[in-house]
Amino acid sequence: MRDVSIIGIGQTPVGEHWERSLRHLAYDALKAALLDANMERADALYVGNMLSGEISGQAHLGALIADFAGLRGIEAVKIEAACASAAAAFRQAYIAVASGLQDVVIALGVEKMTDDVGSKLTAGLASAADADYEVIHGISFVALNALIMQRYMYEYNVGREDFANFAITAHANGAGNPNARFQEPISKEAFLKSGVVASPIGLLDASPMADGAAAVILCPSEQAREFTDNAIRVAGSAMATDSLSVHDRRDPLWLQAAEDSARKAYRQAGVGPQNIDFFELHDAFTIMAALSLEAAGFAERGKGTWLARDGAITRDGKIPIATRGGLKARGHPVGATGLYQIVEAVQQLRGEAGANQIPNARVGMTQNIGGSGATIATHIFERLN
Amino acid sequence: MSVEIARHWRLKPQRYQLVGEVCPECGHKMFPPRDVCPECADHSPQPEFKFSGLGEVFSYSTVYNPPEGYEESAPYTVALVKLEEGPLITAQLTDVKNDDVKIGMPVEMTTRKITTQGEEGLVIYGYKFRPRLAAA
Repeated sequence: MRDVSIIGIGQTPVGEHWERSLRHLAYDALKAALLDANMERADALYVGNMLSGEISGQAHLGALIADFAGLRGIEAVKIEAACASAAAAFRQAYIAVASGLQDVVIALGVEKMTDDVGSKLTAGLASAADADYEVIHGISFVALNALIMQRYMYEYNVGREDFANFAITAHANGAGNPNARFQEPISKEAFLKSGVVASPIGLLDASPMADGAAAVILCPSEQAREFTDNAIRVAGSAMATDSLSVHDRRDPLWLQAAEDSARKAYRQAGVGPQNIDFFELHDAFTIMAALSLEAAGFAERGKGTWLARDGAITRDGKIPIATRGGLKARGHPVGATGLYQIVEAVQQLRGEAGANQIPNARVGMTQNIGGSGATIATHIFERLN
Repeated sequence: MSVEIARHWRLKPQRYQLVGEVCPECGHKMFPPRDVCPECADHSPQPEFKFSGLGEVFSYSTVYNPPEGYEESAPYTVALVKLEEGPLITAQLTDVKNDDVKIGMPVEMTTRKITTQGEEGLVIYGYKFRPRLAAA
């Protein structure tokens, strides 16, 4: 198995890109990443995306984007794992390079959500859940997370206000990220007053969706130094699954796939939670932030919200999260999010995070969740020095 | 929304009668039915098991932004119901005010209209759960 590093990154701002279609957005990020890596070609392309079929009537994204990006002929394929699609695509790209079968590989996440303003989008997002036994009952994706949050609040005796800092911290960080969907801080009052979407989830517990694309270029670490002084190595990479539906989970209040993939990634990287300088977790909903911190070993079961309450998750805290806004403020273009997390981790480790820079960031972790926790990919990165 | 006659026809025993399965190897009762036991990974055919329909509310949420096809009954409350035989099931609650729902509330299965599909309005019926009626 070869050691693998990231030699280039690229991203579009997360927003409503009315003038850019899916293939244009993909190319924007891909081109930026190749430029950053000083590359013109690649051996393979792995595209993470969830909704292109449902919203744009377009499947077959690997071939489409390779062709459109001037890479006609290379091996290319779309990888789908609901909202974990992008990290899953990165995982396949990592495996391709680590195995020795490919040298220079592009991992790209792209999502074009704003072309549909109504039911296709909601139906598409719900397809991350069980169509026959969850969705058919009128369970929106928000409602699924709400069921988890309601039970969590009941079992651990916490209130809505205990989740506020997950959203507040994310927005405070988003304010320093020029690519973020929302660049304004929010107040605790605004959080508590925000309308209920599916009880107990309020509007400000949930991440905004929009268009976006992010990409990275991977190559073997031994070649990385030829291309850049700024290579970031993949110290740990793992993915795991859990039951698709919430009702089949052994413990609906535990992200088993997060624990499993984090354990494998920690072991591969030779680190533990105490070594992680920042954690780009999957804060699609504030409840997911709390559960992710617990499953990855940063808080005991039921105490994830204590980290938020005590300020441990801010940039000055013990375990900074959402350092460039997270899903909550940078935004959640669902099938692309996992690569935004990875691009942001690379920026931190290179010292390129501007106003959001975590001082002396040496080891960073990203975690991307598909559906209500059925697919989770965890990655750990450090500087290649 | 397209009309999915075959798909919903296949699911009728589950939707109307809570027909699940019991593993011959380890005795695990499951709803819905599966081809492989999630507890012991046994692959042999599993006998049918009809759940009683009795359970209690494990969690709930009142939905204010319904997906297409469910606007008629919004806001409605969905729940994770813990069946008395063990498994959790996802379903809408009915015959109860949204504000009166509590975790631990005893409930029982009833068959209701879940949604309609297509211009012809194919009606999908299935299980919902209502507060358990007191014994006469």
